[in-house]
Amino acid sequence: MSGHTAHARATHAHPHGDQGAAPQFYVLDEHDHEEGASTLLGFWIYLMSDCLIFAILFAVYGVLGANYAAGPSPKALFELPLVAVNTSMLLLSSITYGFAMLSMSDGKVGSTQMWLAITAVFGLAFLGIELSEFHHLIAEGATPQRSGFLSAFFTLVGTHGLHVTFGTIWLFTLMAQVARHGLIPANRRRLMCLSLFWHFLDVIWIGVFTFVYLMGMLR
Amino acid sequence: MSTSSEIHPNPHAPDPHSSASHGSRKTYLTGFGLSVLLTAVPFWLVMTGALGSNQATAFVIVGLAFVQIIVHMIYFLHMDTKSEGGWTIMALIFTVVLVAIALSGTLWVMLHLNDNMMPMSVDEMSKMP
Repeated sequence: MSGHTAHARATHAHPHGDQGAAPQFYVLDEHDHEEGASTLLGFWIYLMSDCLIFAILFAVYGVLGANYAAGPSPKALFELPLVAVNTSMLLLSSITYGFAMLSMSDGKVGSTQMWLAITAVFGLAFLGIELSEFHHLIAEGATPQRSGFLSAFFTLVGTHGLHVTFGTIWLFTLMAQVARHGLIPANRRRLMCLSLFWHFLDVIWIGVFTFVYLMGMLR
Repeated sequence: MSTSSEIHPNPHAPDPHSSASHGSRKTYLTGFGLSVLLTAVPFWLVMTGALGSNQATAFVIVGLAFVQIIVHMIYFLHMDTKSEGGWTIMALIFTVVLVAIALSGTLWVMLHLNDNMMPMSVDEMSKMP
């Protein structure tokens, strides 16, 4: 009974004469939660709320995406081969993170760290390509201030890029944690949360390359 | 006080290990292979214009994107109906419904602003700035 609070409530407590109704007891605390047992569900719910943020940014892009203000259109700006390379960087980082998770469940610290490092390289490559694309656009005068289309474009793609940036910082933090403490349960839980985050960002990128880049070229 | 109390463990208690499905090397590689295919085909379609009409291409690439999202959900995010006692899939379904309402509602309203305006008389129209 330690750790539980049992409350007694006699159903139909008659003051006179108990008609065979023995008091019923039930436990208010359902059970003890293991530390961090609900973290993954909570993190998943965070990701779903993040999904709503992206949904709104996609909706804004859908509304403003054709307002060029006599400025450049997607066809004049986007370079599909570069986007294809960027997409493959993110896809490769997803599979290497998956291999890191497999090494983690085998309890292999060295190979987990190696796959995490490879994932970080792909993540940084993605960010490097995206930043050089942004730099190229801004140098051409296609700044966020230029038109409604470019404002929505930079907000949507930039928010995704910020997520990848923070995901990469988180990745390096966890590599330091694993190097210091090994694959303790807390670190495994953190790596699983980052796994959800990282794969989720890849799912968002599917929407970005389809609706922003590919559909932009079809306009 | 608790003479006749019996503590029953909650039969619906979530198993803390039920969410620990990592998949296997095979499922990751299957997901990766499908994703590469589902990414390469839309890029190829748009870059070569193989389908001829833009509308048909747009239709196909949106379809492929939805398939790829589902592939990622199953093979990379390990979605199933059982993890966390079904709560992850419930949260996902709820979110998908909200996203569908937000996206379709926004686009419907914002792209039909002119159609949905109150009709104006010629006199009112002439006073417009």
